[in-house]
Amino acid sequence: MAGLRIDENKCVGCSLCIKSCPCDALNLKRKLAYVNDKCTLCGFCIDSCPFGAIEMRIENHKPTDISAYKDIWVYVEYQHGRVLDVSFELINKARELADIKKVNVCVALIGNKVSSEAQKLIAYGADQVYLCENTKLEKYDDEDHTVIMTKLIQEHRPDMLLIGATGVGRSLAPRIAARVKTGLTADCTVLEIDLETGLLMQTRPAFGGNIMATIVCPNHRPQMASVRQGVLPVGQPNYERLGDIIHVDYQNEDKSRIKIIEEMLIPEVETVADTEIVIAVGRGIGEQKNMEYAEKLAKLLGGKVGVSRPLVDLGWSDYKSQIGQTGVSISPKLLIAFGISGAVQHLSGIKGAERIVAVNTDSEAPIFQVAHYKVVGDCVEIMKALINTIKSERTNK
Amino acid sequence: MKTIVCIKQVPSTNEVRLDPVTSTIIRDGRLSVTNPYDTFSIELAIQIKEKLGGEVIGLSMGIPETERLLRDAMSRGVDRSILLSDRAFAGADTLATAYTLSLGVKTIGAYNLILCGKMAIDGDTGQIGPELAEYLKIPHVTDVKEVLEVNEERVICKKITDKGHQILEVKLPALLTLLKDINLPRLPSILGIRQSLDAPFVLKRAEEVRADTSKIGLIGSPTQVLKTYVPKNSSEAIELKGSQTKVVNAIKDIIGEVN
Repeated sequence: MAGLRIDENKCVGCSLCIKSCPCDALNLKRKLAYVNDKCTLCGFCIDSCPFGAIEMRIENHKPTDISAYKDIWVYVEYQHGRVLDVSFELINKARELADIKKVNVCVALIGNKVSSEAQKLIAYGADQVYLCENTKLEKYDDEDHTVIMTKLIQEHRPDMLLIGATGVGRSLAPRIAARVKTGLTADCTVLEIDLETGLLMQTRPAFGGNIMATIVCPNHRPQMASVRQGVLPVGQPNYERLGDIIHVDYQNEDKSRIKIIEEMLIPEVETVADTEIVIAVGRGIGEQKNMEYAEKLAKLLGGKVGVSRPLVDLGWSDYKSQIGQTGVSISPKLLIAFGISGAVQHLSGIKGAERIVAVNTDSEAPIFQVAHYKVVGDCVEIMKALINTIKSERTNK
Repeated sequence: MKTIVCIKQVPSTNEVRLDPVTSTIIRDGRLSVTNPYDTFSIELAIQIKEKLGGEVIGLSMGIPETERLLRDAMSRGVDRSILLSDRAFAGADTLATAYTLSLGVKTIGAYNLILCGKMAIDGDTGQIGPELAEYLKIPHVTDVKEVLEVNEERVICKKITDKGHQILEVKLPALLTLLKDINLPRLPSILGIRQSLDAPFVLKRAEEVRADTSKIGLIGSPTQVLKTYVPKNSSEAIELKGSQTKVVNAIKDIIGEVN
């Protein structure tokens, strides 16, 4: 049976593993480490043991024949007349990975009257566009897209499949993964190829906290990963690039069990992601009334205010201003962060910022590890002083 | 009307803090809790039962201690609970978990509706709902903000999309994943707490649900954790030091370089 094994000859009962366990699943029994029923096999303890006394035994069942799986695929999301930015970001990443593995980038473009986008996808890095057009695909439906993607996976055997972690992607990707019985890693922030094994190394924040986990899918294909919009950079298009457009047939019998009765589109609101200067504030601002200084400063600079998750949870700001893994990812020219300590989820949302100035009272705050400029001090005082300085300078001019 | 509610046990804090010196996890000794998103599913299921009659069944996969949370759900109005608990289930990723839960659902027999939280706060993946629905071959709707109408044949619900919302009519049986704050979860009543102590609760092991051992736990999980690490960033920030005026002027200059 698979499981965690303690080598009794190597264990010295030092209890370091007990401290490393997030699940309280290890204790000492007869002066040796003992695994109790709470173990979830997360593997944290393995690296904690200086004596190499803990091992995880995984009995491999027969792996799928994975050698036939080759190319890197991207599911292209087409919504309301255009391809979403996240799809171009994924194509750029797929291109980079495919060049390392010397394979093709294939994309699936599904919808009604979407063929005009195919050339653009090639310009951004696709070698082959699998185009599935059908009037019945006018409205997005999970089942339609799952059927089409499953068929494409069975016929063309992708090594990897990347999907945007949008509302649609978060509903579709697990449906596909469960149908083709493969692994799926949600909300990855880093995708790399392991040069030794050729596997896709999918890194995401784990345990909701300050730990990153790198996940692999060794014996199942495709290796599926989702990435949020704005996390990865988009490449430069080259309209000279050549690629193939392959038409895919789809006949559905309209037996969908879900019917859209009404659809409301909210006019696109500008979010904190659409601005070049972001004033970001976190719990360090102390009181809700201090939000006004952030607003003032943003207004003076022609920017917008973004917040960390705790402020949304406290009700000091709304969700559309939340920066981070479960909010928006931003890539402004300048980000000034006031009173944000910098949880991993938040940091994953500001990776794209060109220049970061961070102000925090705690000189050890994780935000300083990604900031370009560090100020240790009271963020509210500095905000106020900055507003006054800019104001007086402008009146003097 | 038979509604199944999926419940997950999560750590009481969604943040694992590390001791900066020893890199070990700091525990605060607090107990684990019901995934906050699931509390809204429990409430909605009870409201549906109050309206249409029928039964609400709690379903979880977890360590034996999860019984405490299922009893808590029963003190709020869930009629009975099934806990899938076995060492062989440990280490499951979302696919293996969804498979295991589907076996739990199959022990229940016919049902109308399955409710899940949008995600669990410790994993943040939101994959279990759609994957479980796929194993059961039923449709699913994610990100449900409101259930407008429900009877044994269909549900009319409001789904929040990236660009707005949709009102959807879904034929049952189906699975919905719910956003937070869609209702106000009730507190247990004194009578409820008393009844929950004797409420029907079963713990089922892998063989009792006839689990295919190649599909459960660590063995049945396509994904594996290769390594975990505390992110480090090598880039050194330039510290702006000196009097407040000096610091503020320095920031102002940086702004000037951008504008």
